[in-house]
Amino acid sequence: MGIRKTKKVRSFFWYVGAIIISLITVYPFLWMIATSFKPEAEIYSNSLSLFSDKFSLVNYKKAFEVIPFGRYFLNSFYIAGMGVLTNVFLGALAGYSFAKLKFRGRKTVFKLLLSSMMIPGVITMIPQFLVLKNFPLVGGNDIFGQGGQGLINHYAAIILPGAVGAYAVFFMKQFFETLPDDLAEAARVDGCSEFRIFWNIYLPLILPAAITLGIMTFQSGWNSFMWPMIVLNSKDMMTVQVGLAAFQYQYNTQYGPLMAGTVLSTIPTLLLFIFAQKYYIQGIAFSGGKE
Amino acid sequence: MPKKKKQKQKEVELVIGKQNRMGQLFVAPPVILFLAFTLIPMIMAIGMSFTKYDVINPPSFVGLDNFRKMIHDEFFWIAMKNTCVYTLLYVPLGLLLSLGAALFLNANEKFVGLFRTLFYLPVLSSTVATATLWFWILNPQLGLLNGILKIFGIPPQAWLYDSKLAMISIVMMSLWAGFGGNMMIFLAGLKGISPVYYEAAKIEGATRWQMFTKITMPSITKTTFLVSTMLIIGTFQVFDQAYVLTKGGPGNATITLVYYIYNNGFKNLNMGYASSISLVLFVIILLMTALNTKINKADI
Repeated sequence: MGIRKTKKVRSFFWYVGAIIISLITVYPFLWMIATSFKPEAEIYSNSLSLFSDKFSLVNYKKAFEVIPFGRYFLNSFYIAGMGVLTNVFLGALAGYSFAKLKFRGRKTVFKLLLSSMMIPGVITMIPQFLVLKNFPLVGGNDIFGQGGQGLINHYAAIILPGAVGAYAVFFMKQFFETLPDDLAEAARVDGCSEFRIFWNIYLPLILPAAITLGIMTFQSGWNSFMWPMIVLNSKDMMTVQVGLAAFQYQYNTQYGPLMAGTVLSTIPTLLLFIFAQKYYIQGIAFSGGKE
Repeated sequence: MPKKKKQKQKEVELVIGKQNRMGQLFVAPPVILFLAFTLIPMIMAIGMSFTKYDVINPPSFVGLDNFRKMIHDEFFWIAMKNTCVYTLLYVPLGLLLSLGAALFLNANEKFVGLFRTLFYLPVLSSTVATATLWFWILNPQLGLLNGILKIFGIPPQAWLYDSKLAMISIVMMSLWAGFGGNMMIFLAGLKGISPVYYEAAKIEGATRWQMFTKITMPSITKTTFLVSTMLIIGTFQVFDQAYVLTKGGPGNATITLVYYIYNNGFKNLNMGYASSISLVLFVIILLMTALNTKINKADI
């Protein structure tokens, strides 16, 4: 009886703690949403309350008027979406190859790729910019990469360097390795091409892992900031994050529209999380177990 | 018969040859991208550190001038100090919070899954969105934080406008935004520990603290190492928060190394100097990661 009682007391304190921590993580978001629906006067007179006397959409209207959020959303969706397609497809293709095909230089090449995960992005930032700027035959450049802007201010400046990271390859390889080899042997005897073996036989079997990788890639693409800010500097090329930061810089006292913009920028990743939670958990479990 | 055997061998060779070709073709995209956007840039970065380059004029070799300049550059040292302060505050606190939250959630209660989701929520929004939200939370007159402190009778603080509190504010924001991600990784590590150990320890009469230090911690050394390495690599490259929340201010109190590299390279077009600073930063990150490996190895 005594043990059960201490267990109940412990449970009670556990729930109190859990609710307090949840309030710390969730309450600021609720407050953000509340602020975004408050008319300006109320933001000043009644800044802390979660409930507003007058529900107002004026902040959202203003946010769309001041900055072309619609355009930024399209830009971000396009860049993040392309990142998902290229990373999942090319990552799976290379991952499959490392896991299931025998070719010369396999181990060396894989080690080389893996080592790139150790190189912090900041060291390659400036030369990467120059590589893109001097990319031959695009953006007004001649064959030597001179004369124009190259890929700067072009979606490709983000999509191309991030088209398939070492992480995507590594991630997919781990899953292909769990599949048996003889599926391919049988298909090979029937004269199936190597690509079809990958595409029709192996890829469908690891679809959940591919979706997980896609979700992780989308989230990091949607949320990335510094690189898009560096390589996309014309107004109509900005992403949501860059636009939000520019908005915050120019109108940093207009909290209502600012919070409206923040709410809008968070909705896509939030929706993705709500609808694809099980894939999230899988991805996190993987990154925790990759040692 | 020998003819047939030969033919078969030829066929096998053909298949293997095909596999060899296709395999190399399939891994070509990441390899080409690695060469073009990591390896070549890396070599370029090292080369550029010894040049003066403003993008418009061709680079000119200046030897070790950039590094000499760095030693006497007051702002470089301010940025260095700020980055180190951020790292020294964020890495231990981040480890502690995420491990603490994971241990807390590794309980046998109802709604654990719900609370796990709620704890994780801040990780979902981007650093820019989180920083914008915190810009509002930290507002001295109207912000949530001062409003809450008032309940406890603590006078309002200037936060981002106070050079002593600005960096602490950024650390607070980063902890809030980031602990959930590492918490999930720790949680996965904790779930991997067999309950048999704890049962045996209970029978032996071990205290909770003994179980924690003798079973839990040794079982998750690899996870701890992974998380701390990621934290170190990340904190030395902190930029987004400082850019959105304070623009490096007030009075350079929150200018970080990456921020300083960004300013030098892309604002003032001192690409050579910026490269040399990023090279120094790279070496620091390498050393810190090596040190972290050593510390964690010592624990095993």
